[in-house]
Amino acid sequence: MNINTKGVLSGTFFMSGDTAVAEGAITAGCRFFAGYPITPATEVAERIAERFPETEDGLYVQMEDELGSMGAILGSSWGGVKSMTATSGPGFSLMMENLGLGVMMETPCVVCNVQRGGPSTGLPTLVGQQDMMQARWGSHGDYEIIALCPSSPQECFDFTIDAFNLSEEYRTPVLLMTDEVVGHMYERVEIPPPEKIHYVERKRAKKGLKDFRSYSVNNGLVPSMAIAGDGYRIHVTGLTHDERGYPDVTPETHHPLVKRLVDKIRLNVDKIVRYEEKNTEDAELIILSYGISSRIAEWAMLLAREQGKKVGFFRLITAWPFPEKRVRELAAQVKGIVVVEINMGQMVRETERVAGGRCEVLLAPNPGGRVHMPEEVLSVVEEILP
Amino acid sequence: MTVIQQTTAHPKDRLLRTDRLPHIWCPTCGIGTAVSCFINAIEESEIPEEDIAVVSGIGCTGRVAGYVKLDSFHTTHGRALPFAVGLHTAKPKMKVIVFSGDGDLVAIGGNHLLHTARRNFDITVFCVNNFIYGMTGGQLAPTTPLNARTTTSPYGSHEFPANIPKLVAALGAVYVARWTVLHIKRLTRAMQEAIEKPGFSFVEIIAPCATLYARKNRLGTGTELMNFYHDHCEIRHGANLDDLDLQFQEKIICGKFVDINKPTYLQMVRGEAEEEAVA
Repeated sequence: MNINTKGVLSGTFFMSGDTAVAEGAITAGCRFFAGYPITPATEVAERIAERFPETEDGLYVQMEDELGSMGAILGSSWGGVKSMTATSGPGFSLMMENLGLGVMMETPCVVCNVQRGGPSTGLPTLVGQQDMMQARWGSHGDYEIIALCPSSPQECFDFTIDAFNLSEEYRTPVLLMTDEVVGHMYERVEIPPPEKIHYVERKRAKKGLKDFRSYSVNNGLVPSMAIAGDGYRIHVTGLTHDERGYPDVTPETHHPLVKRLVDKIRLNVDKIVRYEEKNTEDAELIILSYGISSRIAEWAMLLAREQGKKVGFFRLITAWPFPEKRVRELAAQVKGIVVVEINMGQMVRETERVAGGRCEVLLAPNPGGRVHMPEEVLSVVEEILP
Repeated sequence: MTVIQQTTAHPKDRLLRTDRLPHIWCPTCGIGTAVSCFINAIEESEIPEEDIAVVSGIGCTGRVAGYVKLDSFHTTHGRALPFAVGLHTAKPKMKVIVFSGDGDLVAIGGNHLLHTARRNFDITVFCVNNFIYGMTGGQLAPTTPLNARTTTSPYGSHEFPANIPKLVAALGAVYVARWTVLHIKRLTRAMQEAIEKPGFSFVEIIAPCATLYARKNRLGTGTELMNFYHDHCEIRHGANLDDLDLQFQEKIICGKFVDINKPTYLQMVRGEAEEEAVA
């Protein structure tokens, strides 16, 4: 795939997170977007619908529901077009079925979830970070997933490109887990010129091979992709399949297939994991957060430092895979980790698992509708560092 | 004396994934005949085989994608159409054909059927209607005739079944036909017409399920089911769509009901429709 840069913006802009996701997608070479209106993600689809004609080869289709959106982006990806959809909690639930199909067929695509408060219809217009475990485990069956968490419009732009690159490299759906506040806030966004953008394209199958097998990996973990029309008359299925892509529902075929699907993420975890840390060197306590909450968490860390407490800050950029190695190291160093997230305890469970009893792990809970106040974080910090 | 030449290959083998045979369908199942007609329709059609893709959902008919030697996708239950929409828009020069069952397309995938037809994507749908969910062992389908027995309607269905041709016609399908697998020549021709027709084309294929539907309703063997089609089908092109309701063991009206011209979704997007109107 060659990136068509027609209509791609560059320069400095004042834009919302949702708009920045759309621009990130356009810059990354996404040329198919299947959308369905849902607050607070609608603006992504609106921006795409407005801007795609300027790229000349972009197509926005408004689907009948999110089941359809997820199905359509998989089909488009198998036609060789970088594809994306954006939604929020209720729509994300509907996408889980075909997300699993994307994992099983090894289909590059990006799904953005602008999280709002739940459960159910909950708080359509207000913030939440309550789909983090759904992002990890929402579709049935065993799989690994990649989920990125932007905390600003600039990161919405940058991480959308990163999400496409990761999805192309590992041939898997990648989740962009933003939230209502990040999606709706306006900030400065720098869009570099196309030649400064790092692009990763899926490894395509060479044409004209004699004994081509769709899912042959030649000792690697990610197969080269032959798409529709390449002349291989591929067969692709959500059933357990052999190297030819043919259904073979036996444990003998299932075990190596699922192991490879999981391993292509697990064994590359050091290349995939992204995080940021501040003031961790001398820290006796870490405030761990992600997305919009990380901005309050960082503020709380600075306030604690003003009080003379040795507090550090750790931000998940990839919630999944979780930066297990580094968090384990920090857990051995500190007295406690305080997790700041807008839910009643999701990533805190993973943190607790990884800390494995090496330090105390506490949650600053928040059922949603607003971000934390720094004081709410500090009061939890005081439970460990009085 | 006539010498019969021994041959190891069937003339249609090149369009089938022979390395996947034998197939999973029961003896006297109608899906094999539908596939056979489909293969013939592709050969008759002017569209190069390399430019044809088949997308299926889940179920007995959902397995068609796995046996045809074309780019083929076996997706999730009910979602063949959205997948096909994405594939079609990414590869507009290819002809994307959705081959799936009545339960897959009309029940769980019903919403996608409505809106893919309404948008007039250039996609062809072959819907095998055997009045039952076969793969899971014979449950009540949206097409099960009133009073017919299935494992989940053991006292007879209390539901009014879907009139699928009327449904897709109402949403604007440009080509709508119904044939049984007894009508192999007419079905093949309809399939070819549907494939070559730009826009959303739809062929309902009435097919016997001797193992489940017929057994549960004591309708006899596969041969008897085909005899039933022979005796109870009426060809009525352009029939009133209301007359296409199917009643338990009553008349089946077959034919071509809709064949109109309308700009496709992508023509509308590209503004080609207006140019066509001006020309």
